[in-house]
Amino acid sequence: MEVHLTPKSKHEIAEHQRQTAGRLRARFPESVLDQKEFRDEITIIVKSGDILEIAAFLRDTPELLYRHLSDITCVDCLNLGTERGRFAVVYQFYSFKYGDRIRLKAFVPENAAHIDSLVPLWRTADWLEREVFDMFGVVFRNHPDLRRILMPEDSEHFPLRKDYPLTGLGERESFPYVTRDGRIIEKSRSSRAR
Amino acid sequence: MDLSDKISKQVLTTKLDTLIKWSRKHSLWPMPFGTACCAIELMAVLASRYDLARFGAEAIRFSPRQSDLMIVAGRVCIKMMPVLQRIYLQMPEPKWVIAMGACASSGGVFDTYSVIQGIDNFMPVDVYIPGCPPRPEAIIESVLAIQEQISGERQEI
Repeated sequence: MEVHLTPKSKHEIAEHQRQTAGRLRARFPESVLDQKEFRDEITIIVKSGDILEIAAFLRDTPELLYRHLSDITCVDCLNLGTERGRFAVVYQFYSFKYGDRIRLKAFVPENAAHIDSLVPLWRTADWLEREVFDMFGVVFRNHPDLRRILMPEDSEHFPLRKDYPLTGLGERESFPYVTRDGRIIEKSRSSRAR
Repeated sequence: MDLSDKISKQVLTTKLDTLIKWSRKHSLWPMPFGTACCAIELMAVLASRYDLARFGAEAIRFSPRQSDLMIVAGRVCIKMMPVLQRIYLQMPEPKWVIAMGACASSGGVFDTYSVIQGIDNFMPVDVYIPGCPPRPEAIIESVLAIQEQISGERQEI
């Protein structure tokens, strides 16, 4: 496989990204909702229901070969007035062959915050999606092991949601006091309520 | 030479309590509970330039069962607090705790849902070290403060 070792200019990369976006629009005219360009970086907004097919197309098409899933993250667009849905799940791909990156965004609404898992295509999606689930509560369908990854297993909230207070809801106060002589004194949570 | 004369030059009489405190204070075995950048500074204290061995506290033990001074160096998150408490309970008595740096003492700049706002909310702390991170001299000073507490020269803070 030919690999481009020399770095391309920003302009060249943006041009290739535009071609990628064009290919995507041609192949999935219904699924590609929008395309945004800022500082030579292109974001393609797609329908959340078709993310698995689109990602497979990006990965396997010989002219694209975005074989590397570098990141999955999420943006909570609460109070930003987005009509497409509250959560934007963001996918970053990289093509080793062409030295290009592409960004996909898929909006999911709050009352149906779920999207297909990319684990069938990339094993690395496993932990990336668990993190998004842990922080935002977006559920990934067909994920093999969708558990919390950073927060304690008994957590009840999704801390990166915008309506979750920065200092939490008392989680950091909910521990007993251990004394020097080994006694454990349970503190009532209400007495330490903020 | 008279036998009693010979003994008086080689034997020191003291209270047993004082003797035990004296030996304890000069043979602290710290347990480093390092979770962040403070632990790097703690390593410097143990290395040759600052050399905590001069104060008898160089025997770092990573097992709580073998240590009597816990140095909590770094921020403690809500997932780590039960671990910290468990390790503290596993230490044999008598035991002392140093909260090293702003984070262990107060949460520091991390006023967030996941960081404990001072470990003294949930366990006893004997000496606090300010700083972010504290200088090695400050850590040595805190060990000296613990020593004074052990020998009863300074009241518990």
